Amino acid sequence: MTTTQPTFCGASASSNDLMLPQRSGLGLKSPHYQHIVDTRPDLGFFEVHAENYLVDGGAFHHFLTRIRELYPLSIHGVGLSIGSSRPLDQDHLTKLDRLLRRYQPQSFSEHLAWSSHNDQFLNDLLPMPYNTATLQQVCDHVDQVQSQLKRRMLLENPATYIEFADSNLPETSFIQEIVRRTGCGLLLDVNNIYVSCVNHHRDPRSYLRALPLSDVGEIHLAGFAQERDAAGDPLLIDSHGSPIAQAVWDLYAEALSLIGPIATLIERDNDIPPFDVLLAEAHAADNCLRLASPTLKEMQA
Amino acid sequence: MIYQDAFAQALLDPAQPCPAGLITWNGSDPAKRFAIYRNNVVVSLIDALVSTFPVTRALVGEEFFYDMARRFALASPPSTPVLAHYGEALPAFIEQFPPAASIAYLADVARLERLRVHAYHAAETQSLSSAMISATLIQAADKLPDWQVGCHPSAAVLQSRYAVVSLWEAHQGIREIATVDPCLPESALIIRVGFDVRLAQLNTGTAAFIEQLLRNANLGTAVEHAYQTAEDFDLPQALALLMRFNAIVSLQPPE
Repeated sequence: MTTTQPTFCGASASSNDLMLPQRSGLGLKSPHYQHIVDTRPDLGFFEVHAENYLVDGGAFHHFLTRIRELYPLSIHGVGLSIGSSRPLDQDHLTKLDRLLRRYQPQSFSEHLAWSSHNDQFLNDLLPMPYNTATLQQVCDHVDQVQSQLKRRMLLENPATYIEFADSNLPETSFIQEIVRRTGCGLLLDVNNIYVSCVNHHRDPRSYLRALPLSDVGEIHLAGFAQERDAAGDPLLIDSHGSPIAQAVWDLYAEALSLIGPIATLIERDNDIPPFDVLLAEAHAADNCLRLASPTLKEMQA
Repeated sequence: MIYQDAFAQALLDPAQPCPAGLITWNGSDPAKRFAIYRNNVVVSLIDALVSTFPVTRALVGEEFFYDMARRFALASPPSTPVLAHYGEALPAFIEQFPPAASIAYLADVARLERLRVHAYHAAETQSLSSAMISATLIQAADKLPDWQVGCHPSAAVLQSRYAVVSLWEAHQGIREIATVDPCLPESALIIRVGFDVRLAQLNTGTAAFIEQLLRNANLGTAVEHAYQTAEDFDLPQALALLMRFNAIVSLQPPE
């Protein structure tokens, strides 16, 4: 266990510049760049996948620079492979550091998953067993990321389809322990909770309550696809390709009632609809956030 | 730890069984659930290739392209998480892919599309103005053959035995595909102007000239090479073309 509190925690927590607003945000997609710059939609923030911007120049950097001037930004990594049993890719981490220095995002997050193996990038968020050995590996990697980037990172709870015989810790305890040991925050993906709990036959509400909710720095909402496993039981896929399901909205409302309003991203990476459809979903999340705001609650009391 | 070795191997080899040590709450066969990961990996990589190679896909049709992309993805997964660079090896793969042997121009069309993506994401650099270039050329005069012409980081030349520019343009609605003879050799300059990636067809002399500049040859060597390639090489015309695309970013004496 780490006994000294890492220095970046105090620095980030005390500065409002390093916090996303208690509003909804959208993932930034290149077909929407011009529309966003032209119409400046009412949104709390934008989020980008770090790896899409690890290119030298061109339209991506031009528009991200302009949009960063207009909105708070979350940079969300999908390729660091924090759950890898091998050392982190130092070159990738160096590039991330450069990207974060350039854009000064209010939030940086990554996944509790692995995606690279040896020199191959597998482009999916792959599952891992939860035990003492893997816990140590993840904590070491989170420590390394936070000390190199000199900031607190958020770690996202995963959506998984299988479990490991080698696991001897519940996922929620595993995440609790990472947050406690490393001082990182939690990116609470409500869709992932719902998907994983259906897939592994757990109660999403109990799962939610077992997470370190006081350390949530951002929420993700997304849509899932539905299939069946070999026994005919439902198997949900974290597809990011459809509107958010009602069950996920309900779980989101419950999460907000427990932790208060937190910056919330509508994730949509496939079958991307017109911008205004996404904006309407974001504004639906804003309504939930308003209902969860402490001042409104006090007024109602 | 062994599980990631076995997991990664099975992801990339559909013939392998699902890795050991996976469990499900209801005792159902984990292979069905493992297949979700297999599918995610392959489909997401195919999607990355589809977005880089739309004309290549259109030339062979969706079913052919997906089968080829799947085989390529399993044999050559990306080496970095930056997928903008993924597919650099696809043209070489196409050349060795027997079902594509009858479409001799396919690999070069893929090369053209790869260079377009490279140009789209290449670094920003300030280009020299025409006035600055003209003034420098006059000042340097007889010392010019030793000088180096720096080109924009997005610039690339593709020399092909096939009509790659016409084929690509036919798929943008710029010309009728029926009027294109794919077996006529064509060369192209691929370069970004502002945020738009542009394509200019080059005669053989100009293509040889710009390619030499991109290899950091000095002006004299590039001109000599161009004349050896094509007797009718026209230097003023080649320089005018580079200036029209804001391609020249530096003009310097040797170090």
